[in-house]
Amino acid sequence: MTSNLLILYEAPALGLQLAIDGILIGAVFALAAYGMALVWGVTNIINVAQGEFVMLGGLISILGAEHGLPLWLTVPLAAAALYALGWLLFYTVIVHLLGRDMFNSVLATFGIAIVMQQVMAHVFGAADRIAASSLGSWFFLDNFVVISKMKVVVFAACIGLGLTLAWFLSRSRKGQAIRAVAQKPEAASILGIETRKVYCLTYSLNAAICGAAGALAATAYTIQPYGGLSYTVRSFMIVVVAGLGNLGGVIWAALGLGVAENFAGFILGTQYQIAFVFGLLVAVLVFRNWRLRRQRKHLE
Amino acid sequence: MAEYRALTPKRLLLIASLLAVGVAAPLVLPAYQLQLTELLLFIVFALAWDLVGGQMGYNSFGNVLFVGLGMYGAAIVQVGLFYDVGLYNAARGGGTQFVFDVPQFITGLALGIPAAALISAFAAWLLGSLVLTMRGHYFAICTLGLGIAAGQIAAGIPWIGAGSGMLTPNPPEALGDVALLLYYLALGLAITCALTFAWLLSTRFGLALNAIRDDEDKAEAMGLKTHAAKVTAWVIAAGFLGAAGALYGNVVRFIDPVQTAFAGATIGVWMILMALLGGKGTLAGPIVGAIVFQIMKELFWTYLLGWQRVALGLLIIAVAVFFPAGIVGFIRERGSAKAKEQNQ
Repeated sequence: MTSNLLILYEAPALGLQLAIDGILIGAVFALAAYGMALVWGVTNIINVAQGEFVMLGGLISILGAEHGLPLWLTVPLAAAALYALGWLLFYTVIVHLLGRDMFNSVLATFGIAIVMQQVMAHVFGAADRIAASSLGSWFFLDNFVVISKMKVVVFAACIGLGLTLAWFLSRSRKGQAIRAVAQKPEAASILGIETRKVYCLTYSLNAAICGAAGALAATAYTIQPYGGLSYTVRSFMIVVVAGLGNLGGVIWAALGLGVAENFAGFILGTQYQIAFVFGLLVAVLVFRNWRLRRQRKHLE
Repeated sequence: MAEYRALTPKRLLLIASLLAVGVAAPLVLPAYQLQLTELLLFIVFALAWDLVGGQMGYNSFGNVLFVGLGMYGAAIVQVGLFYDVGLYNAARGGGTQFVFDVPQFITGLALGIPAAALISAFAAWLLGSLVLTMRGHYFAICTLGLGIAAGQIAAGIPWIGAGSGMLTPNPPEALGDVALLLYYLALGLAITCALTFAWLLSTRFGLALNAIRDDEDKAEAMGLKTHAAKVTAWVIAAGFLGAAGALYGNVVRFIDPVQTAFAGATIGVWMILMALLGGKGTLAGPIVGAIVFQIMKELFWTYLLGWQRVALGLLIIAVAVFFPAGIVGFIRERGSAKAKEQNQ
């Protein structure tokens, strides 16, 4: 561990590399977290299957690419497929959880995650996978810093998608309906908004966002049927740090998490990277709660 | 508090017959001995989860943390009393130099199980003040994170076998049927757990837990020391989980950090499912739930191999969405509805 710190000290360019890679992956986290915040804010449900949606999006995109689809086309394909899945899940499961005890929704979406994991492992195989891309890399500082062009494309696409979404929520009629329901469902319903349809739209939209994020991520990062939970936990942590309904905060928290995770992976060893993510989750929650306790409040 | 009445003759008879079934079961059904041992441990898992989740309303998704700590704690004590743990794990417990004779094995077990309970209880006490002040979603996800982080950390420590896991001591052949011994230990633990909880829930402490579940702020305003009660309940539950984990490790004989010890996606969810299936917040519920669950699980594993997780996941969704009162809760609701009809 100390030797790794020494390497970082002696080769600062390596630190730059880790930071850049962290920022690039952070955009994928931001997109998944944004979706989670949307569902959480509107329906008061924590979607534990969030990470599985991301993984499924990635696997669909890889499957599409293997069948000769161009990579840019696999992203809308994955998003559309996940939108349909989200719609289906909403009317079979989620609709019964609206307004119920949060424990039921966490458990039920956990159940969805478990089902999806094994189904995905059967359909796509349980191995780590990545979509083949051939964009090459840029080299800087005597080849000390290598930036994969694909990762930059993924980053830009994620940010673009996030901004489109923010625009959709603030400007479009449907987006306004979603925000109205999030603020006060009863009032929105009196004004003629069909709240159930809005909930359905929100959940399906979240699935589509995750699908697109996964499809983009698959071109540069590994995708694994059983690897979803860490994305769920990252999303949750990002939303907790940023606060609900704070898009800017989500982006900063996500990029920060990407960087922190990369440094931790390097310093502690990659086998501890996931442990770091989950440990950081606990630390963040305990810290936030401790801050609130001074005002005799608590995370609820 | 009607449900924790004194021991009427009818109840004594029920308890005696259950005890007789428990003692006789492995002798009558030797082919299912392993499953029966597992069932008894599942009963402890479900009961311990329900004390905090059902009775106190703190739905933990990370109780598997205490199971895993107990599993590793016991194995380390069992090995560490006689050999160097690091060397033992480096040799994967094999070879001729790591042999346990009968007194060594028995001593290891006799000290390992209480040690496991103490380790888990201590961990719960340490974490309690940090985690039990959160509520709702935050408590659920935070405990989920704790369980998984522990597994990932354990998978990185070479001293306890890192990712390739740790073997519990090989039982000496001279000892005879160790599986039967473990069964009776599990039976003893399950009975102790059920009786302890029945007693706890009949005291003021049990009322305090229910008050916290129903309205924590009000309970605190009434002068109840809610924090102390919460931590105490968590520590007690963790102690039983640790002891059960210690036995579970010795039953399966191989401790994988992520698949058996800190298995959030299997045992971690199963214990919640068992409590919910049987009836959350009742004493009989988790026991009934564990029995039904164990039967279903064995059926899934036999007839749906490869899709068993899908089947269990669907069961989780179905129970959470359509059957949240559980079996015992459902029967009680029916019972009270009937009583109302007769009164009218």
